[in-house]
Amino acid sequence: MNSLLRIFAIMHKEVLQLIRDRLTFGMIVGIPLIQLTLFGYAINTDVRHLAAGFADQAGTSLSRQLIADMASSQVVDFAYQADTAEELMLLMDSGKISIGLYLPPDFDRRVIARDRPAAQLLVDGSDPVILGVGRQLVSIPVRFDSQNSATVATNLIEVRNFYNPERRSAVNIVPGLVGVILTMTMVLFTAVAIVREKERGNLELLINTPVRTTELMLGKIVPYVVIGLLQVLIILSLGRYLFQVPLRGQLLDVLYASLIFIATNLSLGLLISTTAKTQFQAMQMTFFFFLPSILLSGFMFPFDGMPPAAQAIAEVLPLTHFNRLIRGIILRGADIGSMNAEVLALLAFMGVTLTLAIARFSKRLD
Amino acid sequence: MTSAQFAIQARDLSRSFGSLRAVDGVDLQIQTGTIYGFLGPNGSGKSTTIRMLCGLLTPSGGEARVLGLDVSRRRDAEKLKTLIGYMTQRFSLYEDLTVRENLQFVSEVYAVRGRKRHARVLELLELFDLTAQVRQRAGTLSGGQKQRLALAASILHHPKLLFLDEPTSAVDPQSRRDFWDVLFTMAESGTTILVSTHYMDEAERCHRLAILHKGRKVADGSPLELAQRMSHWVVQVTGNESNRARLALASAAQIASITQLGLRLRVLVPREIRNPDQLVRDLLQQNEISATVEVVNPSLEDVFVAATEHQSMVTSE
Repeated sequence: MNSLLRIFAIMHKEVLQLIRDRLTFGMIVGIPLIQLTLFGYAINTDVRHLAAGFADQAGTSLSRQLIADMASSQVVDFAYQADTAEELMLLMDSGKISIGLYLPPDFDRRVIARDRPAAQLLVDGSDPVILGVGRQLVSIPVRFDSQNSATVATNLIEVRNFYNPERRSAVNIVPGLVGVILTMTMVLFTAVAIVREKERGNLELLINTPVRTTELMLGKIVPYVVIGLLQVLIILSLGRYLFQVPLRGQLLDVLYASLIFIATNLSLGLLISTTAKTQFQAMQMTFFFFLPSILLSGFMFPFDGMPPAAQAIAEVLPLTHFNRLIRGIILRGADIGSMNAEVLALLAFMGVTLTLAIARFSKRLD
Repeated sequence: MTSAQFAIQARDLSRSFGSLRAVDGVDLQIQTGTIYGFLGPNGSGKSTTIRMLCGLLTPSGGEARVLGLDVSRRRDAEKLKTLIGYMTQRFSLYEDLTVRENLQFVSEVYAVRGRKRHARVLELLELFDLTAQVRQRAGTLSGGQKQRLALAASILHHPKLLFLDEPTSAVDPQSRRDFWDVLFTMAESGTTILVSTHYMDEAERCHRLAILHKGRKVADGSPLELAQRMSHWVVQVTGNESNRARLALASAAQIASITQLGLRLRVLVPREIRNPDQLVRDLLQQNEISATVEVVNPSLEDVFVAATEHQSMVTSE
């Protein structure tokens, strides 16, 4: 009974402080908002409206047709028209265009003969994304005549795009952001919440009271669990209204997965707080953990493309497992029950960090 | 060795931090219902000793029983926490909470129940003259108000034993006087109080006190006993040439210590010397300095100077 009263006392105090600390309160709402708009709008791997130029020395209906087809893909904007291939290269050197299309005078004959490439696409390959765009453009079919459906050059493999037919990056990024934002805020908030008491001298008072270590930790964690869930709801509803990210699975599954992930991050925050002496140190340690999480978890780069060593590190990071869970539920409509391995990995991480945190936190000063 | 007569009993209590011996073989016998003082300069081991007695630091050597509980044992130390109050040197309540919220929090943490809790908070606000500040954030209180709030929080659960670590630093003399009135009332009702200080006037108010120096207890007793037991004469020199007089006396081997207080010099001379005033007069005359020289009663400050500058001069009981 007394134990519950003490946990409640700490929770009550924590909430009062949270409401008064405008900075933290602002971060709770501000971080998801800023990150979501930044990442959602800025990180865009499907490139559109690249500055481009063409030099059409053929001047036939077929050559004009090809240029029109490319322009209609909206991937390139033909802002420049040149007369020779050399002019195109100058435009590229000066950075005015990143894609150039050169059609030689004998373009029609080359298309028919198919013994040599009919046209040349000049690509600024320094950015691999643009190079990829160039490769896509090459596959645009060249028809002799729009009424005739027989194409001269067809692709052997048709690309079918699942889950994200419009190839919008936001669809992949928004669910990933849930995990990234929770990692950043939850670890930081708890780490700082206890270290702040250390710095301000409040802890000397607390450890002199009958409050037990577990009571103190629980009282500190519970308010942040609620805040974490609130953040999840903010991100998902913004993702829905700003970026039309669908929720194909159950909302309850999302909240369940988030709850486990929040608790995992909070226990890591507690562990950091038992080691850090100042709030600044706590922040440094949080970022030490945050960076590999954001880079290796599959949020930024596909997991399968990483070297084995990086994959091994990624498997230890809770964000990797949460990303699989949340993308599965939100984008594929998966049931959380079908991904027990990921849930277990998160629970194991939480168990280890929480045990270490409680063992390390001492009510003694020595 | 447990007895209701003594709130604190310590034998050979020691604590090291690495190679530093912060507290070195301290013995204590503190009677229930007394105000006991730790007098010593910064770094003399006052706070470390208090923390060991609260069960916050594990002693590296020796033992201590506080209210009959062994502070080295974790279980006993936890039990002790409900029985003692501790007012830290630094203000340790929450500056972003109001006066009432702070007291409310502390009362919940000590599991003071429902209606009793509310009554107790009101009673303390009244007692410490904080009623007008209930809605004020603790961070915006004055030094004296902060100190009263901290004391209120530390006695909220009616502790039998109260530790005060330099409670009146950063507090004006009037507040300090009021503060001590409250302490005397509490001691009369049976609370044992252990207070550390480096102010002489504060130490003088304690029933008994220990002088700590470099982690060791160099003297203890009531302020009066300490003065009587002092192994030095105190010779007071009053004159217009204090500076020159100080230089003239400093070179003499028989003079243990000189403290200048404005135009007065307080000169400590070992008891073995028969006529200390004559010795001082002779020394001054050799240097052609005229001054009034008289043997006076030692003050607590004299005892403190003798004890900390020349440990061997004051004998422990």
